[in-house]
Amino acid sequence: MKYVMLFVETEAFAKELAEMNDDDRQAAYERVGRWFADHAAQITHHAHLRPAHTATTVRLEGGGAVVSDGPFVEGKEVVSGYAELEVADLDEALAIARSWPACPLIEIRPLT
Amino acid sequence: MNSSQAEVHNELARVLREHAGRLSACLIRVLGDFAAAEDVMQDAIEVALQRWPEEGIPDNPGAWLLTVARRRGLDLLRRQARYRGKLAQLSWPVPSEPDDRLKLIFTCCHPALPEPAQVALTLRTVCGLTTAQIAAAFMIPESTVGQRITRAKRKITEAGIPYRIPSDAELPARLNQVLAVVYLLFNEGYLSSTGDRSHARDLADDAEWLAASLAWLMPRQPEVLGLLALIRLHQARAAARFDPDGDLILLRDQDRTRWDHDAITDATHLIERAATHRDPGPYQLQAAIVACHAEAPTWDDTDWTQITVLYDMHLHIAPSPVIRLHRAIALRHVQGPAQALSELDALTADLDRHHLFHAARAEILRDLDRHLEAHTADRRALALTANPAQQALLAERLDQTW
Repeated sequence: MKYVMLFVETEAFAKELAEMNDDDRQAAYERVGRWFADHAAQITHHAHLRPAHTATTVRLEGGGAVVSDGPFVEGKEVVSGYAELEVADLDEALAIARSWPACPLIEIRPLT
Repeated sequence: MNSSQAEVHNELARVLREHAGRLSACLIRVLGDFAAAEDVMQDAIEVALQRWPEEGIPDNPGAWLLTVARRRGLDLLRRQARYRGKLAQLSWPVPSEPDDRLKLIFTCCHPALPEPAQVALTLRTVCGLTTAQIAAAFMIPESTVGQRITRAKRKITEAGIPYRIPSDAELPARLNQVLAVVYLLFNEGYLSSTGDRSHARDLADDAEWLAASLAWLMPRQPEVLGLLALIRLHQARAAARFDPDGDLILLRDQDRTRWDHDAITDATHLIERAATHRDPGPYQLQAAIVACHAEAPTWDDTDWTQITVLYDMHLHIAPSPVIRLHRAIALRHVQGPAQALSELDALTADLDRHHLFHAARAEILRDLDRHLEAHTADRRALALTANPAQQALLAERLDQTW
């Protein structure tokens, strides 16, 4: 089955990352790189999103399109990236998610 | 319901429990589709519940259920040729694998499903209850239960929740969730029972059966043995818990000759068997605590020091305010009410909405001759419990002390 993992950043995590020194930040990035390499057989595609302040939302209502600045939900938790997986079932996806070394929230959704 | 009807009712429950899970598991394997198999099996159970009370339970209930399930299934699934072919080939005796039912339980108790759905699905699929019986047991509308089950089955299919035993790495967490569901069922049955065991399907019996099945399927898991021992120890005292009017009798006042002492001995053997694994957990420790009570010839013989030690071990493994509350209740008998009260008062922020917290506080305040505060605490406890037997007990205490 195909799943998408949505990686979700929290304010606390962003702060933690910002406060790291360069070496620690580099090490954190390397852990993420290694995770993607370890699961390369299951991950068919992945991407990191630019920060939430770069987001633009379009709301189609009343026949018009209202364009506004920012993500569609204002919150302390924002989607920061995604990975597409091809695995046998949810438990396999969960096992991969469990070893994710970065942001503290992951949502897993099956693709149709 | 008269007693012979109650007997029929209990016998039906027992037979369905014995066969439903096994057949569901087999149908899932043959059809490769959890939701379709569950629909077919549930339909066969409904037919059995209509016909068995009048016609009697057939000599071979498993074969009977399979025949009905297959016939109804061919009808229900008539548009799905791939299922029809597989169903048509199925005959009694069904091929079975020893861990089939285990897979079924792990799928029903998958953490990707909301817990109320895990409970309902386990009862229906593993224990063979109907939606109506589950609704009656939990006093919730049948439509709510039906919706929970429908959504859960859809999620199993669409989210790819697997039908298999979790890998070794996942097993401890997943087994904990299964045990939590079984224990929740047991508590629901045990606490809501009224002494009249004939009125509805007894969830405590279903929970005991599930725990026993798990202990048979996973004999080397000490917490499974611990949970089974805990449930059996509670069940062994069930007959003494109610007076003839159906009112709750406190442990202190129970007639201990009415306890099932053979069952208590068997349960303590289970605890000892679990202990040989040297891996204590919350269920083993709770069972050991209940065993301390069950083995005491009288209330005054209770080994409160040992009980306090067991609560300390429990808090060390799994800290929780409710366990601290129980430890404080035991501590009253070891270090006296003043010490127990100061322990309790430290829990106010966590347990202010918990009836047992206020009921325990009331008893200890009364020991300290602080009757006005005790009365207030009892009133607070009464306001917080929905259980009729506990309400009656607290109301009586309020009558006596005021």
